This record gives sequence, structure tokens and C-alpha cells, in this order.
Amino acid sequence: MAETKRVERPLSPFMIGQYYRPQMTSMSSILTRITGNALAVSAILAVWWLLAAASDEDYFNSINWLMTSFIGDLIFTLSALGLWYHYLAGLRHLYFDAGKGLEIETAEKLGWACMIGSVVLTLLTIIIV
Amino acid sequence: MVQFSLPKNSKIRVGKTWPKPEGAKNTRKFQIYRWSPEDGENPRVDTYFLDMDKCGPMVLDALIKIKNEVDATLTFRRSCREGICGSCAMNIDGINTLACIYGLDEIKGDTVKINPLPHMPVVKDLIPDLTHFYAQHASIMPWLETKTNRPEKEWRQSIEDRKKLDGLYECVMCASCSTSCPSYWWNSDRYLGPAALLHAYRWIIDSRDEATGERLDQLEDPFKLYRCHTIMNCTKTCPKGLNPAKSIAAIKKMMVNRVV
Repeated sequence: MAETKRVERPLSPFMIGQYYRPQMTSMSSILTRITGNALAVSAILAVWWLLAAASDEDYFNSINWLMTSFIGDLIFTLSALGLWYHYLAGLRHLYFDAGKGLEIETAEKLGWACMIGSVVLTLLTIIIV
Repeated sequence: MVQFSLPKNSKIRVGKTWPKPEGAKNTRKFQIYRWSPEDGENPRVDTYFLDMDKCGPMVLDALIKIKNEVDATLTFRRSCREGICGSCAMNIDGINTLACIYGLDEIKGDTVKINPLPHMPVVKDLIPDLTHFYAQHASIMPWLETKTNRPEKEWRQSIEDRKKLDGLYECVMCASCSTSCPSYWWNSDRYLGPAALLHAYRWIIDSRDEATGERLDQLEDPFKLYRCHTIMNCTKTCPKGLNPAKSIAAIKKMMVNRVV
């Protein structure tokens, strides 16, 4: 066999947005990941608040001020949005795992339902709470 | 491993802009990924212009026209030009499809962007290295596996059982689905990907096959099967309109059913 020079092959481009079109399929999935990770962080914040309440008054007052400030409100409102989205996406995946809703039209409609549903449920949460 | 950018040797440069065809009134711009193993340089994107009044309707027609009339070095796979061989799968306008059955009129805007199938090693220009992809297909035993004695004539199958193979046997192994899957991009060393799993299911539910248990045993693995997170980019992009996500979900269900 003729001697061949080994070449380092480049990796073809793949990045979503720049090279692969963002679609409901990939966007609903990545949002599930992002909200899941963000919720882990806001859960830590909530626990910190509770721990502060359990430790001493001065400490609690300073943390309480932060959590009830505009920034705190913003973080927890966004967390509510993330929580609702993650919850609805979880239901969508349970449905998928039962082998249902896997036609692309249905799956995309369910994706929209998760996104719109989470906004509606967050607004309801704000009104009620 | 999850990656969000290209390795150093894969970063894409701006390439050559080829001259516009003379006297053409209706031109269209084509931006095409180029890489040659011979010059030791990084990939680049070349810009071509075609006279659309003298070009066929499909993306493959445009590629062939460029190769014939503008730049003979442009390299791509093609064969049947009717969506049955699966050779001309590439990333066109941000989705994976077959160049021969994707109409130029389906692409919005003036510019047609053409890249090789995503996250694959490139052999040259629009040709990805599919060695690993084919090896994964081979690993699922894509043949009838039987234990009983061979019948005198053919292995018989009822009309109903044959119907279960519809939507599965049509797969042409073009690799559009697997290379559209973010999970496959990042775990293809161990995750089989939608194409191989669709084929696995095709043999699992074949009424004549007698190795269902072994087939399921082989797939019972955190990576081979369960890296599918039901993103469904595969089903969205399949140029043959098949549904690999559904096949994978069916395998997962069988996995559960046999233990409960």
C-alpha cells in the first residue's frame, strides 16, 4: 500500500444558532437544562435565607433585606418562571417516555405549551402570591 | 464532552469570492465550506454566484453547476439524485438534509449556506468521515438473527407483522439525523445515535428475528441508548420523514416492560 500522510481532520461546524438552525426541538430541551441548573442555584439562595432566619436576627435582617429587595424579587420571579417551565417540561418528557406525543407536530405544540404555559402560570403566581 | 466552539484546526476563515457569471440578471449567492487535506490550512468558506435562470431547481443542481462551470475542485458525495442513496446529506441553510431533494426555493433569503454534516471529521469540503457512524450501525447486528432451523423457502411474515417495519425500512443511512443530535455531537464515541437505534428497533420488532433479548441486552447501557434525551432534532430533520425518536422511545419502553 502506498504510504499515506496522516492528516488532522477538522471538525465540521455544529454550533446552534450560527450553524444549526434553532428549532423548538432543541430550544425546549436546552431551556429545560438551563432552568434546571438555575433552580439549583435559587434553591441554595432560598435555603440560605432560611438558615439566616434560624441563626441570628442581625444576620437575618441583612439577608432578608437582600432577598426582598428589587434584585431578590427579580431572582425569585425568574425562579418561578423557571420552576413552572421545568415542571411542564418534565410532564412533557413523562408523556414522551410513555411513547406518546412523539409526532413532530405534537412535540412542537407541546413545546410551545410549556413555554407559553410557564409564562401564564408565572403571571398567575404573581397575582395570587 | 460538551463543546461549544470548534477546535483550533477547525476554525473557519473567510475564503475566496469567485467572480459573478457574466450577463446574468438573476444571480444567487452560495457560501460553501471548503477544506482540503493537502494544503495544511484551516477550513474556509468560499462564495460563489450562479445564474439562477440557468440552474436546476435543487441544491444538488447548484453544486453540480458550480463544480462543472466555476470551480472543479469543489468536492461532495452524490449519486442517485432522487433521495434514495443518501450520499448527498449535508447541512443546508442550517438543517441537515439531502441536497438532491431540497429545493433552492425552500431557502429564504438570497444566500445559500452549505456546510458538511455537523460535528464530524471532514475528509474534504462537504464530505464527512462516516467510518464510525457505519461501525455503529454494524454493531446493532443489522441482519435477521435466527435460531430455529432454516425454512425450506423464505422466512414467512404476516401482513400485519410486515406493516410494523413501515417507517423503519425506508431509512437510507444518510446520517442527517445522528449529526443533528446535540447528544450525538457530544457523546458519539459511546452513544449510538438515532440512525443506528432506529435500525436496532427495525430488527427488534421484526417478527422473524429470534434475538430480541440479546439485542435489548446489548443496548442496555447508560450511553448506547440512554444518551437520547428526546430532543427530537432527528425527527425534525429526517429528509425521508421518518421518526427515529419514536423508535428510540419504543426501545426504552421495551427495556422497562421486560423488567416489570
